[in-house]
Amino acid sequence: MSTFPDLTSGHRPVGVVSFAQYDNVRREGDHNEVEMLMPVVAEVFANVGITKDDVGFICSGSTDYLVGGPFSFVTALDAVGVWPPRAESHVEMDGAWALYEAWVLLQEGEIDAALVYCFGRSSPGDLTEIMAVQLDPYYMAPLWPDPTSLAALQAQSMIDAGMATEADFAAVASRARRSALANPKAQVAYDRSPEELLREDYEVAPLRRHALPPLTDGCAAVVLAAGDRAYELCERPAFITGIDHRIETHALGARDLTHSPSTELAGRKAGVDKKKVDVAELHAPFAHQELILVDALGLADDVELCPSGGALAANPMMSAGLIRIGEAAKVIWSGQADRAVAHATSGPCLQQNLVCVLEGV
Amino acid sequence: MSEPVGESERGPVTHMAATTKLDYVFTPGVAQSKNLHGLEQGKFIGQRCPKCKKVYTLSRGSCPTDGLPTDEIVELPNTGTVTTYCVVNVPFAGQSIEIPYICAQILLDGANLSFMGLIQEIPTGDIRMGLRVEAVWVAPEELGPTMASVKYFRPNGEPDADFETYKEYL
Amino acid sequence: MSERCAVIGIGQTVAKAKREDVSIAGLVREAAVMALEDAGLTFADIDAVVLGKAPDMFEGVMMPELYLAAALGAVGKPMFRVHTAGSVGGSTAIVAAHLVAAGIHDRVLTVAFEKQSDSDAMWALSVPQPFSTPLLAGAGGYFAPIIRAYMHRSGAPRDTGMKVAVKDRLQALNNPFAHLHLPDIDLKMVEDSIMLWDPLHYLEACPSSDGAAAMVIGSERAVAQAESDTGKRPAWIHGMAMRSEPTMFAGRDQVNPQAGRDCAADLYRQAGISDPRADFDMAEIYVPFSWYEPMWLENLGFCAEGDGWKLTEEGATSMLTGGDIPWNCSGGVLSSNPIGASGMLRFLETALQVRGLAGAHQVPDARRALGQAYGGGSQFFAMWVVGVDKP
Repeated sequence: MSTFPDLTSGHRPVGVVSFAQYDNVRREGDHNEVEMLMPVVAEVFANVGITKDDVGFICSGSTDYLVGGPFSFVTALDAVGVWPPRAESHVEMDGAWALYEAWVLLQEGEIDAALVYCFGRSSPGDLTEIMAVQLDPYYMAPLWPDPTSLAALQAQSMIDAGMATEADFAAVASRARRSALANPKAQVAYDRSPEELLREDYEVAPLRRHALPPLTDGCAAVVLAAGDRAYELCERPAFITGIDHRIETHALGARDLTHSPSTELAGRKAGVDKKKVDVAELHAPFAHQELILVDALGLADDVELCPSGGALAANPMMSAGLIRIGEAAKVIWSGQADRAVAHATSGPCLQQNLVCVLEGV
Repeated sequence: MSEPVGESERGPVTHMAATTKLDYVFTPGVAQSKNLHGLEQGKFIGQRCPKCKKVYTLSRGSCPTDGLPTDEIVELPNTGTVTTYCVVNVPFAGQSIEIPYICAQILLDGANLSFMGLIQEIPTGDIRMGLRVEAVWVAPEELGPTMASVKYFRPNGEPDADFETYKEYL
Repeated sequence: MSERCAVIGIGQTVAKAKREDVSIAGLVREAAVMALEDAGLTFADIDAVVLGKAPDMFEGVMMPELYLAAALGAVGKPMFRVHTAGSVGGSTAIVAAHLVAAGIHDRVLTVAFEKQSDSDAMWALSVPQPFSTPLLAGAGGYFAPIIRAYMHRSGAPRDTGMKVAVKDRLQALNNPFAHLHLPDIDLKMVEDSIMLWDPLHYLEACPSSDGAAAMVIGSERAVAQAESDTGKRPAWIHGMAMRSEPTMFAGRDQVNPQAGRDCAADLYRQAGISDPRADFDMAEIYVPFSWYEPMWLENLGFCAEGDGWKLTEEGATSMLTGGDIPWNCSGGVLSSNPIGASGMLRFLETALQVRGLAGAHQVPDARRALGQAYGGGSQFFAMWVVGVDKP
């Protein structure tokens, strides 16, 4: 008789049983998206000894504007080989939401395993310009604000409210990049003190280069399996005991940028505080955002934050969120942790947030 | 007296022009680069899947049914068969070819996947499935890593291919 | 275990070439508010919002669910954005329904839209890619050769497509929400219209429309409440399925895709359908180019392979001539095509029919209906069955 953890969300235990990601690089100039995904998909299946024929559903996350052409998710399917025809879907969002869709389907019991993958390259276009197209087309986009400037507004709000200082941001970046030294997939990793980082020039005050995410080309994949199937594939599945996501209003002026009510609500619905949290993988592309998220999730001081280095170490668009879930699963599989929280974000200044709680038995 | 706030005698705003210009660097990838280098040499390159053994033209690097890299290079001839076609008569922005023109699916000899190509040197009324065609390349000094190295395909004079030989490639 | 779920609210905008009177938010809200009012609900009653639309280049806004969160009452709620090419309107409805079927939420608002007049639709469909020559002139250029292959295989008479074009536009006259209202349309008018991609004439192709569609999908609990509040009956979902296959592969049958057949087979198994022609009272099927009606008749098992054109020719799919299996009573995609919404309009119309709310284009006593949407190179399929009876 298999043992499963108590669930806060859903009624069927679904575990993350495999995870793979591409080497996160500044620019993948040789391989196209399909060629990047093929080895990652092959690895995620090989890890658990299955093939594409063993999953009942495939869901992906990506966005056309990064690629520069419509229907870009269609050719990516060739990396999996959808033959014979398969139930398959796609969200124009981070792979973390594709995982959510797969999790929902697995609840119903018709299928026992699903493949989730995602990809995003920041190198084809100018990401700072592309991200402006994500904004309100009537009032915001025509001003072409770049994501760093918007993040800087948020960081400045924190400083003005007395909630944090630039030194706090540097401390986050220093810790994250040092942790990243142990992550073979990290793109940016170094051992520099916060004091040294504070000597950098501002990119957009109050944010210095160290507080910004790198530009990354990357992709990732995860295999989910439900119930006993999870144990067939993995000795210690990272079971999703809670998962929820919430969105806030888009207009930055209508939000309190120093807090993340959507993360707080999603965390509550996912049952973050039901038991002790050992590790938290937070999708905070900008250093100051980690502080907001820690506060929103009510994480205690002894929680290990982003052992992978987080999005500050590698930030493949549409993938960094799913990678947080994968990295959180890894610490469960290894026994390093019993309970981990993974978080994913979308939209300017943490507009939309997904929280996922993973537990090993 | 000024107008009330939010109103104008010109009526409500019906559109707002917001021009967006985004430049992208396109990466063809390893497989497509091989195809493009082949075109640069005036050759068609096919790639074979190690599992199903099908030869794919204009491959993006993966066998679509097996999800495996199509690593084996196969040089393909200049000749092929029209498996199906349509005659395009719709004007559109950026159109470089004079309408009406024949757009056809061409199955090169030895390949297992057809691709879209332009057919010329035949009256539009004479186009038919099974027509045997050959590629017409640009002048050698104009060859480049692009499909534009192929000017078009034209009938090569061979008798029409038997339907059986291409029926599964429609 | 799947919970039972049903459509309890329906809303749509009048499809037009250009909606110059609303912003994108205004467009989707129009449909959303209508669906909520139909269900006797307000935004506050909704647990989650699922948005679907086609490529973002159609409007020039990347990931518009972010901008639309407040307009759709999604603040503080889960919000999702589905994109599965042309089938998206259908798959969006399915994703929303699964949220209820899986017991996650009681009431989900699902919206699909396209405001394609904001951008250039033909450009957005086929943004030129480097190293290749732009031969394709829009979607029709892709499908016309496939249609030619069908004509060859089936031996169908040349005017079958034109008959579909006439039928769907005449049926659209009874749908106040349809984009095209062409009361004078006949075979001659279609034949005289410019031949765009031989064999497709201009009038055999779908229009380009701005439009939005919305539904509220509810659990049994929500259904009971809605029935009690509004007196309207629900459209119970009897089955739903999605299938995909690669765009191009050696030996692919593009005329009668396996993914379509597999999707239908799974769906019919769920819904207990053994004879589609007899078991359904009507169907709303994604026919953007006339010839796709006979082709989908075969793919969906309404007749044997090669015989689809016969059903069209004999008027079986025409509501106007009392056909036994009317298709696209709303006028279908041939009469309205806001690309991201078209799939949802198909599903929505089936729900309208079994709820008895289709007004002038109501099929009398419609009890079970099939909705189908497809996308990409005929490779993505989303289908569902709705009925009067609780499953």
